[in-house]
Amino acid sequence: MYGKHRFSGRLFIVEGIDGSGKSTQLSLLHKWLESEGYVASFSEWNSSPLVRDVTRRGKKKEMLTPMTFSLIHATDFADRTEHYIVPPLKAGAVVLADRYIYTAFARDVARGVHPEWVRGLYGFAVKPTVAFYFRVPLDVAMKRILGGRDALKFYEAGMDLGLSDDIEESFRIFQGRIIEEYEKMVDEFGLVAIDATLSIEEQQSQMRQIVTEALTGTKKARIRKWLDLTSLAKGSRE
Amino acid sequence: MARFDFFGEGLPGIDLEELKGKLIVLEGTDGVGRSTHTGLLKQWLENNGHAVLDTGMARSALAGKAIRQAKEGHTMGSITMSLFYATDFADRLENEMIPALRAGFIVLTDRYIFSLMARAIVRGADPEWIKDVYGFALRPDAVFYLRVNVDDLVTRVIQTTGFDYWEAGMDLHLGEDMYDSFLEYQRRLLKEFDSMAETYGFAVIDASRSIEEVFDDLKSRVSGLLGPAPDPASGKVAGCFYETYR
Repeated sequence: MYGKHRFSGRLFIVEGIDGSGKSTQLSLLHKWLESEGYVASFSEWNSSPLVRDVTRRGKKKEMLTPMTFSLIHATDFADRTEHYIVPPLKAGAVVLADRYIYTAFARDVARGVHPEWVRGLYGFAVKPTVAFYFRVPLDVAMKRILGGRDALKFYEAGMDLGLSDDIEESFRIFQGRIIEEYEKMVDEFGLVAIDATLSIEEQQSQMRQIVTEALTGTKKARIRKWLDLTSLAKGSRE
Repeated sequence: MARFDFFGEGLPGIDLEELKGKLIVLEGTDGVGRSTHTGLLKQWLENNGHAVLDTGMARSALAGKAIRQAKEGHTMGSITMSLFYATDFADRLENEMIPALRAGFIVLTDRYIFSLMARAIVRGADPEWIKDVYGFALRPDAVFYLRVNVDDLVTRVIQTTGFDYWEAGMDLHLGEDMYDSFLEYQRRLLKEFDSMAETYGFAVIDASRSIEEVFDDLKSRVSGLLGPAPDPASGKVAGCFYETYR
């Protein structure tokens, strides 16, 4: 059980509904941290190599209940905590996470899972240094999503709950519930709310200001060259 | 009043009143003969006219295969393993056990949450945490705890399957080799089982006896659980299994 950690690294996480722009902001933050010489690693929700295929298959075949949906995501998160979050934090690195335990609290509770139970389930999680919440009105988020992708996904739209036969309507109701849960958590967990209707630049500047304060004493990479080479290598693969 | 209840915060959307069957659990450390007796009990119950669903760890449609694959790699952390098994258990509970109980089956399960809690605790999990995680589990009608000492266990394991990486707790680095590690790991598990036996009121079965003796013991206890059979005059099948119980 980790809880409030004493690791020398820093953990910054972003939360918000789909279309809130949180991933864009985190990726800008990541680039900036690396350009400043920090050792930064990134971990994304639902990306454990051990678990994600189970989740993918479960979603595709629509075999997940609110309970198994919750548990499989917690399993994925546990693997990432044990492999990709705790070790770099111990090493003094900056860890960035796109979605964190609050995503589970919001979605699972919106699906009818008991709020206390799911909070207990994630009792092993490391407490973030700063948790950013990108607050956006549902209509704005929906315009961004519907413009960019051709289809809404079954579980993202909460279609498993039978809220509406119309996927867009179901999405609206379900995401509305998720926003309600996020808003409750702002005080409960001290989430730092960012107005996600502001310009991208303005949001990023607010984020960097808060992160800068939290970075005091964090170590930087001694060998810059190595970092440059890896980013070059990444670039050539893409 | 519903016959069943949950250990803690239960499953969303389940009406406990609908569950009519019996939930019978066989627990115990590795190599005590749980699966042998699950098989024997199933056959015996079916011969006596009961519909039986048997289930066991890592058999879920959702996560069973992935757990087995993850164990091949030996890279799974202890919290991840606990939660992977919890996912597997939840999938079987919701999609196999509960529907069977609703239909009036006897559900026989080879291991239940207790093995999973013991393994997690031995690997350093907070006992309260793992207990709360399994708050969604149904309280069984009976837990038969097949118990043997570690020394007897070693003999059995050598005679049957041989030492296995996970059953020897090799991920915990408890000893110089598989034998030392197995002894220490199983000793620790046994300690957890013994303590849970008191907390949850397991029926302790001395599993160092012959298969026949253990099975006779289990049969008489299961008969007691099933209560008196329906009026023999009301149906041939009922009359028939009433006789077998005596």
